[in-house]
Amino acid sequence: MKRSRFTQLYGLLFWAILPVAGASALAAQENPYIVAYDHNLEEPGSLEIEYFSTFGTQRGGPDFHAFWSEFEYGATAWWTTEFYLSGQTTSGESTVFTGYRWENRVRPLKNEHWINPVLYVEFEDINGADKIMKEVEGHDVESDYLVPNAVARQERKREVELKLILSTNYKGWNFTENTLAVKNLSNEPWEFGYALGASRPLTLKGAAQKCNFCLQHFIAGVEMYGGLGDRYSFGLHETSHYLAPGLVWNLPSGWTFKIEPTFGLNDNSHQFLLRWGVSYEISGFGQKVSQLFKGKSE
Amino acid sequence: MKRATPAGIGVLLFTSFCFLCSAQTKPEKKDVAPVYGELEKAPAKYRAKVNPFEKDPQAVAAGKILFEEHCAECHGKNALGTNKAPSLRAEEVQVAPPGSLFWILTNGIVRKGMPVWSKLPEPQRWQLIRYIKSLGSADSTANKTDAKP
Repeated sequence: MKRSRFTQLYGLLFWAILPVAGASALAAQENPYIVAYDHNLEEPGSLEIEYFSTFGTQRGGPDFHAFWSEFEYGATAWWTTEFYLSGQTTSGESTVFTGYRWENRVRPLKNEHWINPVLYVEFEDINGADKIMKEVEGHDVESDYLVPNAVARQERKREVELKLILSTNYKGWNFTENTLAVKNLSNEPWEFGYALGASRPLTLKGAAQKCNFCLQHFIAGVEMYGGLGDRYSFGLHETSHYLAPGLVWNLPSGWTFKIEPTFGLNDNSHQFLLRWGVSYEISGFGQKVSQLFKGKSE
Repeated sequence: MKRATPAGIGVLLFTSFCFLCSAQTKPEKKDVAPVYGELEKAPAKYRAKVNPFEKDPQAVAAGKILFEEHCAECHGKNALGTNKAPSLRAEEVQVAPPGSLFWILTNGIVRKGMPVWSKLPEPQRWQLIRYIKSLGSADSTANKTDAKP
């Protein structure tokens, strides 16, 4: 796919969002995870627009830069839905659009508990050149990513991904555990994976004056994730695993910046990935769009 | 099978999105009594909690900033309520034990649109409550002065 397709798609989304650009921003309280999810959902009616980037080195192959945009919307206080577009550039090869994802997260319990479950369902329509590594599953290993773009993009993957997210907020800390199962709809076996995370704001008290650099706006954490094989060969054999310390800066203006150097933990993993992201949260987005179609609210 | 074009995906996304937006809570005047009734459901151990920031002179100022960042969008900048969420200066809120408010903040009222705020550290939740309590009650007729048109 050519770059012009990106331009068309992003142009369309831009024009869709422009009419409600007057909606106000909301300070986000994001955790520093890029792969793991916690049980904190998007506020109802808020839209978070995110851009993420992964720079990766590969033994025996060229470096790559994978990137994706997320449009995360709080449909209700218990349901968040999200749409992704992804692409990648491999050094010396090409830039390719690699597909889209649509995910939904639902809180089945209405109150906060010691462990809070969230159910996650995602459909993805991507090609074999996808390198965003939003999840690591099955027997994903570094050498899978050495296939040239021209060949890899011919492979089409339509997958359903299910996750059970178990997360706890305790004394300022967040601990989360994700178990995932992925099914390629073209008659391939279920694949499994995991992600673990822990994070904490640098200080728990709010400051008495407005500030962008107060420690309360910074949350540090670490996540670990990897594959667990598939239905026929479950376990750690020929799987890759990563450890990633991260830092997020949640600005009161609604902007959020994340950075996460990622280290491979075994020979099947990429040795190093640098991941970062920026996002902006628009509160009241749903209501603004609703007004566009219904006229003035009472 | 024909491949979906990016434009097609975009149109699908936009249509779905409009549906989602129109399906979400309507900005109508709500009967807020049932929402205030949620305060009564706070367990006794929460109701008995004392705000650790009760005597902290900085807590109100810190709570005000937190309120503006996280709560004002729905409850209004003066906490008098909007079409999206009720007034926090109603008698029911102002006389409620701080522990009950803490329980609501921690658990949300998820089925009625109030999100869970357990992602805010406990000290910040208590600072918010200290600020809300400092506002005092407002006459119910003033309830809509801060409401959106």
